[in-house]
Amino acid sequence: MIRLFFNELVGMFVDDGNLALLAVILIALIAAAVKVLGLPPLTGGVLLLAGCLAILLESVRRAARDKAR
Amino acid sequence: MHGLTPIFSTVTASFLASFVEVVEAFTIVLAVGVTRSWRPALTGAALALILLAALVLVFGPLLALVPITVLQFAVGVLLILFGMRWLRKAILRSVGVIPLHDEEKAFSKETEELRRQAGDRRADYLAAVASFKAVLLEGVEVVFIVIAVGAAHGQTLYAGLGALAAFVLVMLIGLAVHRPLARVPENSLKFVVGLMLTSFGVFWTGEGLGAEWPGADLALLAILAVIAAASFAMVRWLRGTYPSPAEGAAR
Repeated sequence: MIRLFFNELVGMFVDDGNLALLAVILIALIAAAVKVLGLPPLTGGVLLLAGCLAILLESVRRAARDKAR
Repeated sequence: MHGLTPIFSTVTASFLASFVEVVEAFTIVLAVGVTRSWRPALTGAALALILLAALVLVFGPLLALVPITVLQFAVGVLLILFGMRWLRKAILRSVGVIPLHDEEKAFSKETEELRRQAGDRRADYLAAVASFKAVLLEGVEVVFIVIAVGAAHGQTLYAGLGALAAFVLVMLIGLAVHRPLARVPENSLKFVVGLMLTSFGVFWTGEGLGAEWPGADLALLAILAVIAAASFAMVRWLRGTYPSPAEGAAR
């Protein structure tokens, strides 16, 4: 039961592992660019929005392509 | 952030997301109640609700100890992951890549399982466990949504009211129809919730990084519009590029 609970907890955030990993990498890169390289935070926010959409597009395109094969 | 825009979007996101989760939990509890008896169904559900309440009471106050920018960033990141997962699934269901969630089918599957266990001397216990599991697992998502959409701007009360309204509404409809709520347009709801949670996630992660969004809270609506437009464009593009024989309506 406890294992099921934790699996569910992880599953809440990770369905397509690739999507979750890319999103985390994107956020980490943008956070580093803002905090370390001095990228304006608003630019970081806009890049985050664009990056999330690109990652989502890649994920749904891959799933649809795999299904079509 | 105490204008009507964030309050309305917080309540709406919490209500719609909780509605979907409560409908799924209700299907299993109903299956247990109808197939076995209402005692294990309600006992399991009540125990799960008590456990969820305990989790909120234990971990909820800890959030107050976290600095607001750290909290916004952490909640924003989790909302991006959670929201994009829902959005991805809703898009793929809309174009028929994965099948739509079917409450009647979930109900039949659970009923069949319970009938198979009917001869077991632990049948009541197993039925209560099924009810407990359903409410706990769906409830964890509701708790996360309420805390996530509410905590970053001190609107947990509004988020909680949205979830409570969803719970009450599903119970009222469920008691009235006494069958799985199969006609709920679950995928459309998931689509909207995925859009809203991803928008909240981007907005708060940006704020956590120090971004001052133009238009303040209204930027949330602009982000929502951009994500919605892009998502609908993805649906159209996928339908044209990878036509599926099982293509379903976004119900």
